Amino acid sequence: MSSSSPDAAIPTNADENRLNDRVRELLASPRRSLAVIRAREAGVYVLLVMCGLFSLLVTVAILWVLSTEMLNFFSSDEVTLANFLGSTEWSPLLGSTKSFGIWALICGTMLVTVIAMAIALPLGLVTAIYLSEYAPRRVRGILKPTLEVLAGVPTVVYGFFALTTITPILHWLHGGFGVYNATSAGIAVGILCLPTVCSLSEDALQAVPRALREAAYGLGGTRFDASIKVIVPAALSGIISAFLLAIARAFGETMIVALAAGSRPQVTMDPRNEIQTMTGFMVQMAGGDLSNYDVTYYSMYAVAFTLFILTLTLTMIGNIVRKRFREAYE
Amino acid sequence: MKPFFGLFACFALVCTLGCDSSKPTADAVLPAKSFDSDDTASSESMASDAAAPAVAETVAAAGDGAVNKELQGKIEIDGSSTVYPISEAAASRFIKQFPNVNVTVGVSGTGGGFDRFTKGETDISDASRPIKDSEFAVAKKSGISFVELPVAYDGLTLVVPKDNDWIDHLTLDEIKKIFTSEGNAKTWSQVRSGWPETEVKIFAPGTDSGTFDYFLEVVAGKNGSLRSDMSTSEDDNVLVTGVAGSPTAIGFFGVAYYEENKDKLKAVPVVNPESGDAVSPDAQTIENGTYAPFSRPLFIYVNTKSLGRPEVKRFVDFYLQNAAEMAKQTGYVALPEAVYASAVKHARARKSGTHYITADGEKRSGPVTEVYTEENLVDIK
Repeated sequence: MSSSSPDAAIPTNADENRLNDRVRELLASPRRSLAVIRAREAGVYVLLVMCGLFSLLVTVAILWVLSTEMLNFFSSDEVTLANFLGSTEWSPLLGSTKSFGIWALICGTMLVTVIAMAIALPLGLVTAIYLSEYAPRRVRGILKPTLEVLAGVPTVVYGFFALTTITPILHWLHGGFGVYNATSAGIAVGILCLPTVCSLSEDALQAVPRALREAAYGLGGTRFDASIKVIVPAALSGIISAFLLAIARAFGETMIVALAAGSRPQVTMDPRNEIQTMTGFMVQMAGGDLSNYDVTYYSMYAVAFTLFILTLTLTMIGNIVRKRFREAYE
Repeated sequence: MKPFFGLFACFALVCTLGCDSSKPTADAVLPAKSFDSDDTASSESMASDAAAPAVAETVAAAGDGAVNKELQGKIEIDGSSTVYPISEAAASRFIKQFPNVNVTVGVSGTGGGFDRFTKGETDISDASRPIKDSEFAVAKKSGISFVELPVAYDGLTLVVPKDNDWIDHLTLDEIKKIFTSEGNAKTWSQVRSGWPETEVKIFAPGTDSGTFDYFLEVVAGKNGSLRSDMSTSEDDNVLVTGVAGSPTAIGFFGVAYYEENKDKLKAVPVVNPESGDAVSPDAQTIENGTYAPFSRPLFIYVNTKSLGRPEVKRFVDFYLQNAAEMAKQTGYVALPEAVYASAVKHARARKSGTHYITADGEKRSGPVTEVYTEENLVDIK
């Protein structure tokens, strides 16, 4: 933003006067005892530290619950780590033998995420380029808030939308789609992630210094050349963060997949199939399918922990990538 | 737009039920049945509300529709989604007469319901099967005594999409081939030769539901298991949508959900193992027992301590008095008069215990008319 209004930071005369007035007021206020002032300062300090600690405490508490309950899961006789990490069959409730192969659920999550990202990433980036580089100010003023409305739609509405609108359309296009399928949920998740990608990428593009744009035009580049060859590469680190945030969001999305993707965990690459994601399984368990604190109940925590690890890994990769592609200007 | 209307209806329902319970006509104003089965809670309660206005009139005509505002309190019901329509109908009729009593009906499945009931969290538990030995043990431990009351017959119904034209009937052996781990038929041609080479897609109630337990016991036996590659949900409406939308699917649930969705689904006649005739589930065949082995009684379990509260006592009495009529209205089948009479007697005298577990902890089974007698009662003590 600094490129568009470089002198916004310089205070005007009016600002300065107001500031001076305030300082004078502070000095003129009656002297208080030093002890009171110190006590108040200490109080404020403690309050602020506690606010900061709160989020840390919550994170630690969640991690603690996840890992202790997960230990309950793995200490059960019915579960082995080899089965958990090596099997592709997830059937904690049905069938003659219980099997806890996490890959069936990871595969479901991946399938939905890939479909969602195939929609959200290209569409989001192109829209961002349009908004930032091509769109007239007035169009941008309408389009951007509209896009942000999409981000405010409750996910359960997207779930219904997938089930009652996207699925019938898919079914009409191709008879092989089931009532519950990965594609429908994936498309809805993609639409959900679109504003995230678009809005953050656009911010990144806008933050590219004006000088770079001007240089590109000065060398005889077209608007397209400037966008693709100069501005997007310069904003790459921001764009990648936007992408990773969207992927993390798709990983954790629950309501849409619970409604539209079905409840049959299986390893499949066929997007017409019914699948179950990690979040979908947890929702099904929490929604009444669990019985008295047995191994199936604890499996929910093992799944949650896996999801947590996956998301954490994604964030860490994001940090590395961002540092690598960081372009510092000015 | 369907989704938005669904949400709106949901919201409206919550508002009308939540804000002013002294207005007896409040939920009769709601649209009868406005969208198909995607939305769980609202479509269910709406469907049963649709029946409510007619009921209110008959009650008024009978002369005891006088509104009683004296009786106050809260009654908490949870449990089977199969029994839900009856309990919901009972609740919505009851609050018309007693507007200051707050009745909530949850749907956690029979197992989930008993889980809460045996901890003393709910007053009444809906159950589509009798209480299990393990659940009885928990009740014993926490000192929760209860009265067991049968309320209706259900015919567990096997359903296929309306446009399925090849399934004329199924034998128990064929059902085993479709649903059990041992049978595990992947295509319909493996079930019966001559049937198409298409995938068998199964939609089944969740493992916490009494319907699942009942089906498992009948089809796979005590130590058997159903196959693992089925889609399961505690919500019967999800199953309805699933079966109706997949041409090669089969599913099962209580007959009421079939009755409600007759336009989308077809019930498969089941061959009675004794007579050898293919029988469809309807009021007559379920009541006289020819729809075998899938007809079963449904129950409510009432916490004896709660039964001491006037509002619960009134409600249970009301429930049993109207059970026959409500059962028919919600798509189930009424029990014989004699069974209701002894249920009323049980409730009034607070005869606690179960009829379905013997003193040695063995499971007792048989037709409800034979099992539901005072001699068979085993209490928690």
